[in-house]
Amino acid sequence: MTVPARDPARSDTTRHPPPATRRPLYRWLALLPAIGLLGGVPFANRVHPYVLGLPFLLFWIVAWVVATSALLGVVYLLDRARDAAERRASQERPA
Amino acid sequence: MTPALGVLVAAFAVAIGLGVWARRGHTMSLEQWSVGGRGFGAIFVFLLMAGEIYTTFTFLGGSGWAYGKGAPAFYIICYGAIAYSVSYFLLPVVWRYARERMLVSQADFFVAKYDSRALGVLVALVSVAALVPYLVLQLKGLGIIVSEASDGRISQAAAVWAGSAALVTNVVISGVRGSAWTAALKDVMILGVAVAIGLYLPWHYFGGLQPMFEAIERTKPGTLTLPAAGMSPAWFVSTVILTALGFYMWPHYFAGSYTAKDESVFRKNAVFLPLYQLVILFVFFVGFAASLVVPGLVGADADLSLFRIAKQTFGPWTVGMIGAAGLLTALVPGSMILVTAGTILAQNVYRVLVPGASERSVSLLARALVPVVTLLAVAFTLRGGEAIVVLLLVGYSLVTQLFPACVVSLGRRPWASAAGAFAGILAGELTVLYVTVSGASVAKLVPAAPQLVKDLNVGVVALIVNVAVLALVTLATRRAADRMPAGAVAPASRSA
Repeated sequence: MTVPARDPARSDTTRHPPPATRRPLYRWLALLPAIGLLGGVPFANRVHPYVLGLPFLLFWIVAWVVATSALLGVVYLLDRARDAAERRASQERPA
Repeated sequence: MTPALGVLVAAFAVAIGLGVWARRGHTMSLEQWSVGGRGFGAIFVFLLMAGEIYTTFTFLGGSGWAYGKGAPAFYIICYGAIAYSVSYFLLPVVWRYARERMLVSQADFFVAKYDSRALGVLVALVSVAALVPYLVLQLKGLGIIVSEASDGRISQAAAVWAGSAALVTNVVISGVRGSAWTAALKDVMILGVAVAIGLYLPWHYFGGLQPMFEAIERTKPGTLTLPAAGMSPAWFVSTVILTALGFYMWPHYFAGSYTAKDESVFRKNAVFLPLYQLVILFVFFVGFAASLVVPGLVGADADLSLFRIAKQTFGPWTVGMIGAAGLLTALVPGSMILVTAGTILAQNVYRVLVPGASERSVSLLARALVPVVTLLAVAFTLRGGEAIVVLLLVGYSLVTQLFPACVVSLGRRPWASAAGAFAGILAGELTVLYVTVSGASVAKLVPAAPQLVKDLNVGVVALIVNVAVLALVTLATRRAADRMPAGAVAPASRSA
């Protein structure tokens, strides 16, 4: 494995949107797991019904952990699309 | 030598071999040793971050808590998921800043953001203080694994000494690169071992998961839900929030993020790490199975449950494999902790005390401190005492106190003043110390409070004190600065 040399031209300030850009709403999706997981614990604190062989509380937690991955995946894909759109926009703009 | 012990020795040898191999072609400057020259791609960073998540704590402590306490152990799968959501937004910001300024430690971040070396020293001391119980926990796990695998022929104390020696050798030679390679090996083993025994044991002894849980509910009703008082939902939620906030405040995770070569690494990792940590679920199954099959381990001895049931169920070779996986779960985080502690003390304490210190002497000192920190941890380990989860919770309450000062500094200019950040962290840590030493709980501090408040994790109190002091001192210093003539308050130059 080689260590890539640092490339000053690729400084991060140029690759990222200026702070003035509005934060996209979809990023709030990342907050859902905390709300669902923790907010639900007092209500999900029971043994029955068993789901997939797990007592309900454990199932609830596991389901939200899986949902965390899914939601962060959605945010990641949307972020990537947005970054790509911004790059295109900045390339079209005459220097 | 038992076959189990033979497998362990082989795993040790492979880990050290990997460490030596990993350093080839790299001169070990402090930047190489601590942050791998900032050249790690997504997979290495994933392994480093995940490698540190599956520590001895998850392996022995996770099964130990499922065994001894039941449902409260579930908090262990929750906080990771929330911490990863936080990391998606936090780490790219931290990484970008650290890269621009060539930072190597977490304390460096505070020094640069607040333009205060004194704050750096405080953060350095706090983080090393938190790392020591974390290291003690790994060594304790190491001791348990080796002495159980040798059927008690090697004492826990001897195992702790041998393990520490191996750890120090590995770390001094190859720094963070050795950890990354050993982490790869470790993760393959722990995944295989945890999933295999986590599924095998419930089916072997009870004919499936649900029958096992039903048997537990029959023999020990209430184990699978949180109790109404004590480790109640209020305790659960407050503990998860505190640990999730503290998660990336661990100096070795924080500085581990500096090893990445670009920031998309963190976003990808945040997507996959929650799934990856579901491995802990299988560790819980082992603990639950053990609670019926090998009952009678109380207190800190619950940490032995995984090995006791494994020895009762499998032959010595399989036990050896399980032990080897466990051994690596202690070695990888152990070496990351030592790299971090050495770097912090040399970079953020020694360099401040000896301003003219050369790059080379700092780099050498960072490595020379490794055996010193290890000896300290060995001393604590051999003194005995707490269960693995308890040690982790103490470390967590120390590092969580860094969160407020870190978070308010993420913008272009920190919201808090250096004095505010300093005072807030100090007040928070003193509260943690008082609470830990006196064994206080919210119930004891405020006996009149409703049950919901009484059950809150006592770390919440320290965090409230911390934020309040931070805000008050910041406002006070701002006001004092406003009264001075304009020229006197020009911020110190912040060269980018």
